[in-house]
Amino acid sequence: MTHKLIPIVLGAALGLTATAASAATLDDVKAKGFLQCGSNTGLAGFAAPDDKGEWTGLDVSMCRAIAAAIFDDANAVKFTPLTAKERFTALQTGEVDVLVRNTTWTMSRDTTLGLNFTGVNYYDGQGFMVRKSLGVSSALELSGASVCVQTGTTTELNLTDYFKANGMEYNPVVFEKLEEVNAAYDANRCDVYTTDASGLYSIRLQLTNPADHIVLPEIISKEPLGPAVRQGDDQWFNLVKWVHFAMLNAEELGVTSANVEEMKNSDNPNIRRLLGAEGAFGESIGLSNDWAARIIKHVGNYGEVFDKTVGPDTPLGIARGVNALWTKGGLQYAPPVR
Amino acid sequence: MTSASSAEREQAGDGSGTSWFYNPRVRGVVFQVLVVAFLLGMLAFFAYNAKINLERAGIASGLGFLSERAGFDISQSLVPYTNDSTYFRAFYVGLLNTLLVASIGIVIATVLGFIVGIARLSKNFLIRQIATWYVELLRNIPLLLQLLFWYKAVLSVLPSPRQSLEPVSGVYLNNRGLILPEVIGQPGSSAILWALLAAIAASIGISRWARKRQQETGRQFPSLLVGLGLIVGLPLLAFLVTGMPVDLAYAELAGFNFRGGVVVIPEFMALLLGLALYTAAFIAEIVRAGILAVSHGQTEAAYSLGLRPRRTLQLVIIPQAMRVIIPPLTSQFLNLTKNSSLAVAIGYPDLVAVFAGTVLNQTGQAVEVIIITMLVYLTLSLLTSGFMNWYNSRMALVER
Ligand SMILES: N[C@@H](CCC(=O)N[C@@H](CS)C(=O)NCC(=O)O)C(=O)O
Repeated sequence: MTHKLIPIVLGAALGLTATAASAATLDDVKAKGFLQCGSNTGLAGFAAPDDKGEWTGLDVSMCRAIAAAIFDDANAVKFTPLTAKERFTALQTGEVDVLVRNTTWTMSRDTTLGLNFTGVNYYDGQGFMVRKSLGVSSALELSGASVCVQTGTTTELNLTDYFKANGMEYNPVVFEKLEEVNAAYDANRCDVYTTDASGLYSIRLQLTNPADHIVLPEIISKEPLGPAVRQGDDQWFNLVKWVHFAMLNAEELGVTSANVEEMKNSDNPNIRRLLGAEGAFGESIGLSNDWAARIIKHVGNYGEVFDKTVGPDTPLGIARGVNALWTKGGLQYAPPVR
Repeated sequence: MTSASSAEREQAGDGSGTSWFYNPRVRGVVFQVLVVAFLLGMLAFFAYNAKINLERAGIASGLGFLSERAGFDISQSLVPYTNDSTYFRAFYVGLLNTLLVASIGIVIATVLGFIVGIARLSKNFLIRQIATWYVELLRNIPLLLQLLFWYKAVLSVLPSPRQSLEPVSGVYLNNRGLILPEVIGQPGSSAILWALLAAIAASIGISRWARKRQQETGRQFPSLLVGLGLIVGLPLLAFLVTGMPVDLAYAELAGFNFRGGVVVIPEFMALLLGLALYTAAFIAEIVRAGILAVSHGQTEAAYSLGLRPRRTLQLVIIPQAMRVIIPPLTSQFLNLTKNSSLAVAIGYPDLVAVFAGTVLNQTGQAVEVIIITMLVYLTLSLLTSGFMNWYNSRMALVER
């Protein structure tokens, strides 16, 4: 809660922020021997400990990919679970090296918060979930409803805009922690639960009777979710950015965790450059040249990760949709390695 | 050292030729000024440092954000507020919500605490046991857990809007809250308010007069009953005389919930319940200790003067116990106010939830927001203890 924010006041006053922000994060991470990654407190599919206590999910895989690129070890990561409210402070003060926590890339966050978003690892949009028993089939029928929402999110603001734009009223019920929102909605305190659509699918599984709830068809906002780093460290910014691009390029070129070793001998110059058989691309971001090969070997390409964490064969069952590669009609597009 | 310097001073002939350097008064002042200057300097250094650091990290700073549009809604507001209001307005709404729950909580906790504290000393076994269990149970469970429990309890006991309870016609109770009809004053209704104020003033006057008369003549006057009668009676009279100029706007079930009316949200109920019950347990212990601190001889003396147990408690024990009770009672009031910041866990929009929560996150100006929030709690605490110190000095033993 608030107590976690007091360090930023002291930190800023005593000058710790300056050190944290201007230091070369890559050197720090290498010296520490692990990556400190800001994650969710537990959102199945994106970041949550599995039954063995291992963190798994789409966002977690991003952290693991960065660790794999640096250390050739996908487990050289420590996760800091953060609520929506705590996350930016944690990154600003240097408590975490990178924030991968279904965080929407917005202009104010990209500028006045002193952060830089490195890309979009999941294109999302905000949706609504209601009880089937209400007999509601569209968000436009929600006037007068009580809506449960988590504080410190874009969700809270989009909700206001949407109801206002459609001349509808609502009663917000705002909580700080995800589990509190879930509990209140489950206890019927609210008629509606709103958050990123991906989040809704994940949260629905945690409710007492998932089958009693439906997600309404309206998507009311753009929520490009991506990793963020502090401003003022270009090397680290480049590194995190290119880890994501490497995973996309690998999928596009057909490089998977299963075939990455053979692919190193491929004749395709694109693949040879990606996997470090040609050129010195790894060095340009402060890593060894097999950086991308390490990512693919330990974590997999973007498509593999998607399928394993949130895809159609997982409990979440999310289709690739806009998150398909551009070659398949989606929005995921990476600049070439050259 | 001291003896040497005083010896020097004596030699110099009582200050006449002493350098100011050795004058203890001047020295005292100089050191205090130095300490204050040093502290201010440190503060200025920190403030400057923070500003530079924030700038270097690319984080916005300053208080300009307070006048920008908030863009989010709040579930409970005592003053008009919409998403078009400013962040400052949102701050104000949060502050009022904190004050609301804290002030009502303090009143309930104090009344309940006194009852339980006295009950713990009751001669009746059952009453004593119940009071003891109450104190031990509530005092020893973390407040956050109690709040979550009450919230869960409130939500699971209350029905959904379509099955609302209607304890009194026009009043509804469901898991969206307690819905009361809104009181709308017509022209002339201000007379009722004036009548109420007049009644309060009159009862204060009567109780003063009654006390004075009792001290002089020993005759008693039922000032409490008369006062209550006035406070209820006069406004009622005004209400009838002016031709009942008040309308009640009843809430109506429409769609998901009731529209109109005044809503007491379940988060408020749970928070108030949790804070009051928890703090009452501590107050009960303070009251018990205060009563026990009054020597038993006082009771015996009162009895031998022919006072009944009730009057003894009222006139002899409690007034003396109050001197022991008030200082720790003040801390409990402060605790309750500060504990109300746990509201954020159960979705009540208090200062911390609204300002140090949503506003902080939407603006990203953590440093400013946290400092303002801390200053607010500091001010509230200082005001409360200032008031209690004043009250304490009035209750203190006046030595004759
Ligand atoms: N994308 C939105 C919302 C992100 C968000 O916090 N979503 C919630 C609900 S899906 C969440 O992940 N909570 C998990 C937690 O607090 O740990 C944002 O960046 O503001």
